[in-house]
Amino acid sequence: MARLALTIVFAAELLATCASARAEELRPYTVVGDVIPASLSGAKGDALRGRALIVERSSTCILCHSGPFPEQAFQGDLAPNLTGSGSRWSEGQLRLRLVDASHLNATTIMPSYYRVGGLTRVGASWRGKPILSAEQIEDIVAYLVTLKN
Amino acid sequence: MKIAVCIALLTAMAGTSLAAEIPLSERRSGYSFMSPDTRAMQDEDTANPGMLFVLDGEALWTRKAGGADKACADCHNDARISMKGVAAHYPAFEKALGRPVDLEGRINLCRTNHQQASPFAYESRELLALSAFVAQQSRGMPIAAGDDPELAPFVERGHALFMQRQGQLNLGCTNCHDDVWDKKLAGSAITQGQPTGYPLYRLEWQSLGSLQRRLRACITGIRAQAYDYGSPELVELELYLMSRARGMPIETPAVRP
Ligand code: HEC
Ligand code: HEC
Repeated sequence: MARLALTIVFAAELLATCASARAEELRPYTVVGDVIPASLSGAKGDALRGRALIVERSSTCILCHSGPFPEQAFQGDLAPNLTGSGSRWSEGQLRLRLVDASHLNATTIMPSYYRVGGLTRVGASWRGKPILSAEQIEDIVAYLVTLKN
Repeated sequence: MKIAVCIALLTAMAGTSLAAEIPLSERRSGYSFMSPDTRAMQDEDTANPGMLFVLDGEALWTRKAGGADKACADCHNDARISMKGVAAHYPAFEKALGRPVDLEGRINLCRTNHQQASPFAYESRELLALSAFVAQQSRGMPIAAGDDPELAPFVERGHALFMQRQGQLNLGCTNCHDDVWDKKLAGSAITQGQPTGYPLYRLEWQSLGSLQRRLRACITGIRAQAYDYGSPELVELELYLMSRARGMPIETPAVRP
């Protein structure tokens, strides 16, 4: 168990080190294979809030993705349709994808939503903050797992 | 130790796919992504709101200004002849400064050096009008910027900026404008990010705007710190974009959504 904890890279901690002191503390998380098994916030997310967050422009998801959001006139087509995400991926896989998609694919264009370090020239209003909070990510994960097809 | 880890990480991120330049036969202006209505607005001078700025610029061309009490026309005469093709070669290398200047920068150098007047503010009506008037004299002519060998290191720096991922969203210009220009970001066509129409009338701005304004909007869009107007970085990006668009016709004053 201890060995597992040691060999697993704590991406958030590692990156936070680069971002120096001004970075907000991210909660530590553990990656096991291609999943983050435990909730980032320690609590279960709220799927209804998760859906509302995904379609909000400031979350940026539907700039790139489309999905089962018939009321949304403008959805992107740079990325897979989110319909069926919950059939294709487990909760833990979806959590890692949101936290740090570059852990799975180094050249992905999908931003890492729970990371503050290793970034270049972040604008003053966004510096030192992850794109989404731990709670927001849990809400979105809770919603994505319901997308079965 | 910490530093080594950081460097390794940054290098890993910088080393992502190096996209090739879009071949001339596949270069497409933002115009070709627009709706028929918006195209018609650009095509018809009487419907194109940018033409009002061009007319303003024409009036400013002959207005005396500054301590020298000279107008642009006192040195350059008829812009229809003297300014033909000029904008297609900008940004150009400025020997006295040892770096490139864009068209707006050149106009302001004429203001200070030859008219002994104060430079116009970026995005001021006067500077937009004069640069639109000058660039319109090259309408339809092929872009030929970046050939001067003295510009090579600056083109290269602009290229590096274009490739670099930045901002909270960690995206580079190339990720959108080389890799997915046939796709849509929310409702907007991404386009190849070609600089052919500037200054141009953007419906979203309800105004004419410069290429630097457009670049700052994309940089803010990826949640990066926008470079200041007139900064060397923005001029280098403009220069790279113009050399990347070599051979494409100038459209000033274009219209965009
Ligand atoms: C800038 C583009 C971009 C943004 C913004 C983005 N993604 Fe992605 N996403 C991608 C791409 C591209 C993929 C395909 C896999 C890859 O490249 O990593 C992907 C893959 C996914 C997948 C796996 C899809 C599947 O079933 O194969 C999920 C789930 C996902 N994203 C959710 C989200 C959510 C939720 C958000 C917002 C919080 C988001 N994405 C924001 C580009 C983006
Ligand atoms: C996440 C995607 C994305 C990134 C990254 C991006 N842009 Fe853009 N860019 C767009 C979209 C979308 C438009 C069209 C906007 C519109 O008209 O609504 C655009 C428009 C432009 C245009 C105007 C083209 C025209 O026809 O007038 C230029 C030039 C441009 N971008 C350059 C850049 C540069 C340089 C960078 C990097 C500093 C950059 N972009 C980064 C999405 C992006």
